Amino acid sequence: MRKIRLAVWKFASCDGCQLSLLDCEEELLPLSEAVEVAYFLEASRRVEKGPYHISLVEGSITTPHDVERIKRIRRASRYLIAIGACATAGGIQALRNLRDVEEFTSLVYARPEYIDTLKDSTPVSHHVKVDLELRGCPINKHQLLYVLISLLNGRTPSIPSHSLCLECKMKDNVCVMVSEGVPCMGPVTHGGCGAICPSYRRGCYGCYGPSETVNMESLGRWWIERYGMEREELVRRLRTFNIEGALAPFARSFEGEGA
Amino acid sequence: MTVRVIGKEGLEGLLRALREEGYTVVGPLVRDGAIHYGEIGSIGDLPEGYRDEQGAGRYRLRQEGDLFFGYAVGPGSPKYFLNPPERLLFRVSSDGRGVEEEDGDDPGFAFLVRPCDVAGISIRDRVLLEGEYRDPHYLRRREKSLIIAVNCTHPGGTCFCLSMGTGPEVGDGADLILTEVSGKEHYFLIQAGSQRGKGLLERIPSMEASPAQIREAEGLIEGAKGRMGRALERDGLKELLYRSHDHPYWRDVEKRCLACGNCTFVCPTCFCTTLEDRMALDGSAERWQRWDSCFTLDFTYLHGGSIRSSIASRYRHWITHKLATWIDQFGTPGCVGCGRCITWCPVGIDITEVVEELRKGGG
Repeated sequence: MRKIRLAVWKFASCDGCQLSLLDCEEELLPLSEAVEVAYFLEASRRVEKGPYHISLVEGSITTPHDVERIKRIRRASRYLIAIGACATAGGIQALRNLRDVEEFTSLVYARPEYIDTLKDSTPVSHHVKVDLELRGCPINKHQLLYVLISLLNGRTPSIPSHSLCLECKMKDNVCVMVSEGVPCMGPVTHGGCGAICPSYRRGCYGCYGPSETVNMESLGRWWIERYGMEREELVRRLRTFNIEGALAPFARSFEGEGA
Repeated sequence: MTVRVIGKEGLEGLLRALREEGYTVVGPLVRDGAIHYGEIGSIGDLPEGYRDEQGAGRYRLRQEGDLFFGYAVGPGSPKYFLNPPERLLFRVSSDGRGVEEEDGDDPGFAFLVRPCDVAGISIRDRVLLEGEYRDPHYLRRREKSLIIAVNCTHPGGTCFCLSMGTGPEVGDGADLILTEVSGKEHYFLIQAGSQRGKGLLERIPSMEASPAQIREAEGLIEGAKGRMGRALERDGLKELLYRSHDHPYWRDVEKRCLACGNCTFVCPTCFCTTLEDRMALDGSAERWQRWDSCFTLDFTYLHGGSIRSSIASRYRHWITHKLATWIDQFGTPGCVGCGRCITWCPVGIDITEVVEELRKGGG
């Protein structure tokens, strides 16, 4: 196995996805033998120049400086992998895309003129070519390890994009929607987490974003008509993690109804 | 074959005898608001006094009566035990020399299940054991398993086993057959369906059933036939689906279907799997088989894209296989009328209703 150079980058984010790498515990030592960690400020202050074989990018692009920096990282990286809901969908902070960011800065900062920020929070893929995306808030460390091991061995990783229900039923969970009437985003949400929330009898809140085939119109109607869900509540659920993604048109259409 | 009768103690004795013979007893129990299948230690684990209410996309439990088997099937089916959601096929070492096949220390299951699930197992047998390619893992588990059918006296709101000829009274395939009766007295009629079942029955104390007891049980099963929540007209079904390929109703289904695959996961006969290779840091690898569904895009992914990209085409494929092409492949429909796909569809799509809509013509 070749020793490859790994870099881990942070943009607008909470660091939770980077921590997933440190959270690999048992696999961490063997992994550190297989890769050379060239840039990973969360783990080490040692900084090495590129090029890098693999760049893991956490966080969304929110400033003009970010836009320049992600382009430099792209140029220095053979594989660029966006990790987490921020890097792949703009993150929760993309809620600002629906409002006037200048109004926010004028309210929050004493000297808003010092703040240089973009109007929108956007995924990495809006700015540079991304080779692979790992979804989730946070990402699943097993998926991350799978991707790294695949690349170390010269294999193309395959990340399934089916709905979460497959993983939930494989765990033999009783469906929270059918048995309790709990709204669950699982049927329209990208699998990969192992159905964590439904395993604890919570509805999925969709942090992995939309699955490959999304029929939110049908699921939303069911919640409104059968569960008596308010439209505002429905729109809020669609927008928590998916402000810019494939659910955006559904959120707009439900928001528009009767408004 | 003679019909015997046992009480609650006899049922407990049967469970004990099964454990003594090394079986893992799999039967109904209450878990997370539903009657599920799981490991049964004693009759205390059975869902005594529970009844279910089932409709399209809706399931609720309530407490009523004193029956141990007063329920219609829940989301789980024997396939979780016979074809578990994922299993290791083999390991390959990093030096490329060793391929280590999983020999599998398979448990022997004693299934305490409804007639529709017995029919489901028979269908899996035809798919996985007959024909050119047999599933060795399934074969090992099947050879070791014992089936105790509990005749159904309480069909649910989405049941249509009567239409499919799989219940409420069990047909072939059971080693032992139970019918629960709770009236003036609470008893179980029991009879053997195989030599193994006969051997077991001889191990537990039982009495000969009286003609009155047999009549009472038959009356309950007859009554169940009149309380099917759903019905499916079988006449010309295969031809109907074949000529409905371009039916406009598929577009209506598409508006509702989430393509989540839940119908395929709860279906006792759906058997599709895919393969996953999982590598370790040391370069060794494992090949796993895991459940798949014809509702995923990957299922029909070939070079250039997925063949069944629209939801309409995926739903049409699923129901056409269940009710038509399955007959050409394996001699029977792939549906046992258990109603799980109706109840556990998150948005309540009803296979019997879809067939009715197709019958209205337009195809």
